[in-house]
Amino acid sequence: MTGRSEDQRGESGARLLGEPMNASELKLWFAQEVLPLEAALMQFLQHNWRNQSDIADLRQEVYVRVCEAAREARPDNTKAFVFRTARNILINRVRREHVVPIEAVADVDALNLAADEPSPDRTVIARDELRRLQSALDRLPDRCREAVILGRIEGLSGREIADRMGITESTVSIHLANGVRALVDAFFAPLSDRRGKQ
Amino acid sequence: MSNAGETVMPLGDAKEIEAQAADWFQRRRFWNWSDDDQTKLDAWLEESMAHSVAFWRLETGFEGTERLTALRHPRFGNVADAPKSKWRPILFRTAAALIVMGAVGVFALRYQEPAPAEMAYATAVGATKSIKLADGTVIELNTNSRVRVSIGRHQRYVWLDRGEAYFQVTHDESRPFVVTAGKRRITDLGTKFLVRRGHEQVEIAVSQGRVRLESADEAHTFAPVELIKGEVVVANDKQIVVKTKTPKKLADELGWRHGVLVFDHTTLADAAREFNRYNEGKLIIEDPEVASLTIDGTFRSNNVGLFARAAKDLLGLRIEVRGSDMVIMR
Repeated sequence: MTGRSEDQRGESGARLLGEPMNASELKLWFAQEVLPLEAALMQFLQHNWRNQSDIADLRQEVYVRVCEAAREARPDNTKAFVFRTARNILINRVRREHVVPIEAVADVDALNLAADEPSPDRTVIARDELRRLQSALDRLPDRCREAVILGRIEGLSGREIADRMGITESTVSIHLANGVRALVDAFFAPLSDRRGKQ
Repeated sequence: MSNAGETVMPLGDAKEIEAQAADWFQRRRFWNWSDDDQTKLDAWLEESMAHSVAFWRLETGFEGTERLTALRHPRFGNVADAPKSKWRPILFRTAAALIVMGAVGVFALRYQEPAPAEMAYATAVGATKSIKLADGTVIELNTNSRVRVSIGRHQRYVWLDRGEAYFQVTHDESRPFVVTAGKRRITDLGTKFLVRRGHEQVEIAVSQGRVRLESADEAHTFAPVELIKGEVVVANDKQIVVKTKTPKKLADELGWRHGVLVFDHTTLADAAREFNRYNEGKLIIEDPEVASLTIDGTFRSNNVGLFARAAKDLLGLRIEVRGSDMVIMR
């Protein structure tokens, strides 16, 4: 990944004071500061990009770009940095692909990035997260759900799951990989309407 | 190349990378994982930032879901445990008073009754068992426990030989329900209660109604004590200590009935002792400073691994595997 737009260079240029990060610092920063923004980021991308099948790629690109930049210099305001990067990525795609921009693309400043939203009661969030995880689990295909429950809740190994379900190890692997993806998506997904409406 | 040398990442790439990351992740999480596997994973992660972020995201998210499950509080307050109505205790007491008077009349008959058959029930380490008696009483046995039960027409006797049992007694004033645990005898007075037998002591916790606690020996070393809902007694040979516990605390102590252990500012030493009651592979903590750290959360009693990981992540500790045991250390 060599090319970074002038635009983004400008962004990170403002943060030259930030220290470079090694791999484990970068991973920690990503886990603790970037991933908690995923729900808001996904909403931003979904609102501002017409083709919903591109969203996973756009999200990946945002993550890659912010991590590459943060490796050089840790940004001082992660939230603002992530959303400006997202906006730049959308703008660049618009320019390249000559798709008609949606007005809100440029409206990133309206997100009031400086102030952190007041967070709802922690137990409310936990309950909401649990409900989302439960429904994600419920939506899995039966065999996949069974494998995930055996592995995650009953603590069986892949080998034991294969024995218990009478299926091959490679099938168990596929079920578990799909289950992991679905649960993680649910874990990071936007909170339900209560917060999503505004 | 368009403006400013910008490279746009190919579309359709992310899903494929995420699938690969998920495969790596599930292999590491659910299967045997060797140093060689780790080297291969490291190489894959090094290949591109896209690989790294996809893997980190799954790792962080999945650990988040596991912690969430670990912190989930089971629903203890089901209908059966809730007081049915305000009137019930009053009616109960009134009825009880009337029946006590009648009971005196049949007192003499009791001792002529031949001893009814005795049934024994036991659980292995890690197992629990629910026993429903003909009178509707339910006895739930915790790990590594044993009771003997003798139900007669005029008396109901249970001996807790070892371990722990939770009793939901179908109250019958004319047929006392008496639990003997070592040197203590507990008589039901319309109730649900827990009896745990340790080496030197007996613990009784009343989650509903009342029980009477007395000495089981003929000398009647101690005067009888009546215990009410919320009270917990620890009785050894020399003394009885009565404490009051909140409904939540009591519910936590009964978590095993749902296969979980609930910790609330519990030291790792106590938590390890609890887990070790349920599992053959033991948790070992040698460092006294580590042993005194505290932890909160709800854990499945058979999932020592998840507990060890939570201790590791939340308290910044290390885990060493020794045979079938796990050592928690700094």
